Amino acid sequence: MTRPPFSLTDRIARLLPQIVVAPGFAAILFFVYGFIIWTGYISLTNSKMLPNYSLIGFRPYERLFQMDRWSVALENLFVFGVLFILAAIVIGCLLAVLLDQKIRAEGFIRTIYLYPMAISFIITGTAWKWIMNPSLGLETVVRGWGWESFSFGWTNDSTLAVYALVMAAVWQSAGFVMALFLSALRSVDQDIIKAASLDGASPWKIYIRIILPSMRPVFMSAIVILSHLAIKSFDLVVALTGGGPGYASTLPANFMYEMTFRRNEIGVGAASAMVMLATVAAIMVPYLYSELRGKKHG
Amino acid sequence: MKIIAKTLVGALALTTALAAPLKADPTAEVLHYWTSGGEAQAVKALQEAFLARGGSWVDAPVAGGGGDAQAAVLRARVLAGDPPAAVQIKGPNIQEWADAGALGDLSAVAEAQNWDDVLPAAIQDIVKYEGNYVAVPVNVHRVDWIWANPEVLAQVGATVPTTWDEFNETADKLLAAGIIPLAHGGQPWQDATVFETVVLGIGGVDFYRKALVDLDMEALGSDTMVAVFDQMRKMRGYVDPDFPGRDWNLATAMVMRGEAAMQIMGDWAKGEFAAAGMVPGVDYVCASTPSDNGYLLNSDSFAMFNVSGDDNVEGQALLAELILGTEFQETFNLLKGSIPARTDVPRGEFDECAIKSMDDMVAAAEGDTLLGSMAHEIAQAGAVRGAFIDVATAHFNSDMSSQDAVSQLVDAIKLAQ
Repeated sequence: MTRPPFSLTDRIARLLPQIVVAPGFAAILFFVYGFIIWTGYISLTNSKMLPNYSLIGFRPYERLFQMDRWSVALENLFVFGVLFILAAIVIGCLLAVLLDQKIRAEGFIRTIYLYPMAISFIITGTAWKWIMNPSLGLETVVRGWGWESFSFGWTNDSTLAVYALVMAAVWQSAGFVMALFLSALRSVDQDIIKAASLDGASPWKIYIRIILPSMRPVFMSAIVILSHLAIKSFDLVVALTGGGPGYASTLPANFMYEMTFRRNEIGVGAASAMVMLATVAAIMVPYLYSELRGKKHG
Repeated sequence: MKIIAKTLVGALALTTALAAPLKADPTAEVLHYWTSGGEAQAVKALQEAFLARGGSWVDAPVAGGGGDAQAAVLRARVLAGDPPAAVQIKGPNIQEWADAGALGDLSAVAEAQNWDDVLPAAIQDIVKYEGNYVAVPVNVHRVDWIWANPEVLAQVGATVPTTWDEFNETADKLLAAGIIPLAHGGQPWQDATVFETVVLGIGGVDFYRKALVDLDMEALGSDTMVAVFDQMRKMRGYVDPDFPGRDWNLATAMVMRGEAAMQIMGDWAKGEFAAAGMVPGVDYVCASTPSDNGYLLNSDSFAMFNVSGDDNVEGQALLAELILGTEFQETFNLLKGSIPARTDVPRGEFDECAIKSMDDMVAAAEGDTLLGSMAHEIAQAGAVRGAFIDVATAHFNSDMSSQDAVSQLVDAIKLAQ
């Protein structure tokens, strides 16, 4: 009895998936994880204008956390992140539920709400900058109608500028969240809903007790997508407020850019990037953990 | 692979040898961020002069970000061991690159062209490293200017103020008459521009030097600095409510249209007036901000990097000679609206404001009151400049007290050093 010898083509055919995936895998390993390690290393050095490879310990982090600009940026990230995610989910969810009522022209309305997602943050930021400019935008218009005390100059007020960012970001992303929820609403088992309404449950109760809880995975994906949008927000700040007034609405990504590319502080810039990475990891790791564990059990 | 490369190099050498059997080919690659308007024209003038002298010009413009994008390119090129011949960098950044051992030595050209005799000492300090020229200054922009609309000032019976008390008085009158006294754009660098003119005006030349150049902690934490922030707080009352984020040229336009009376800005603002067809001394007035004959300068320059190969070395030397040559200094600065860095350029073609600037610069150089601008990266760069700007802008855009601002300034500068 002779075993059929493996021909070369067979071998290639068997290895083909690995061969095809390998370059991409290697590139990601190098360009993503390699540079994360490089940044981590640089964040422990005294790098100023050029990278410098002698380690000095955690001094860059110490300096980072003594900078007022960084505390402002970090505080803004929490305010912006929490409000943005909450508002986008609440508004998106509400829109989805309302659209789910078998209304007329649903496709048309859905497109309108989803459309802001097609615009880049730079455009959104510029448009909202004009809308919120006290002498060009909404404030002048409303005062022209006779409401003299109306005030909407959020971008010009240090304490309100970060809320202006939230408003523009929610405007852009709520439609996307709506689309996510709408597709999830449609995939809920109609038999359960029918059974519930036969048992006399009100539509409101059906949503709260049955439909929304069954959409838990969608909530999770929405939170993950929105939180990474929040943490890497950069262009919206540049276009809408320029980080101002002063640096009152600056976010960590803007801080990192400013330090690394403008101020010859590569060490501090790298340290801030690592803190941002840690923030992302703090959200992503528990999520991935629960997802993967869930798969094993299910 | 190696064989192919060798053949290619050989072929290339052969063709070059055939094309130019005797003469060397001075080559220079120039990395710059002058990509728009008058600046692009000005670079073109340099390129033409260079070509006319038989050189090959390799243009490497990097648009955007006021040089941020260029800095990233430069860093990568130097780290890869392939720096361009000339790069548009200025102020302490020149010293940093020289410290890193990346810059060439221009002593030979400097001596042949007598640079020491035609450049003010304050400018020499910027472009020299350990006594040798490593960069070539292209121009001087004065920063401490007031651009005023004389008609608007006349409405309240005022002229351009010559002391800060007078400035406040005039501004109060303008406010009462419903005119915006100060056209200003609330961007950090613009806040810092106003801040440094106030430091120079309220504190004086010596105080400016101690605080903003030497970073003397006593001066930074002094009562004089408190007075500077007090004046900044007053200035905050003289700008209109829409100022945050406004670009400087829009503020200039407010002065042109008569909506605002004055703007404190460097002399690049002149280009806006000129573009609108306005005449200095008639339609607008240029005056220095109140100070004891101080002069805040901002100077662009080209730093010369270490290059290898005869062609490149020769090209670099030729470029350096041309940049500081009388002819180029004149054409370039007429196009850019600045004034020549060397003091012996014929003045015939320049306008009234430029001539005033030249006279003041010579006087300031003699009286030792010629100072580098902090906001425009001459006195300070990088982290320290950033710290100054942060505090100036944070104070201007909030209701922080002057005392708090001073203590924050001292902390921030210590941290940045």
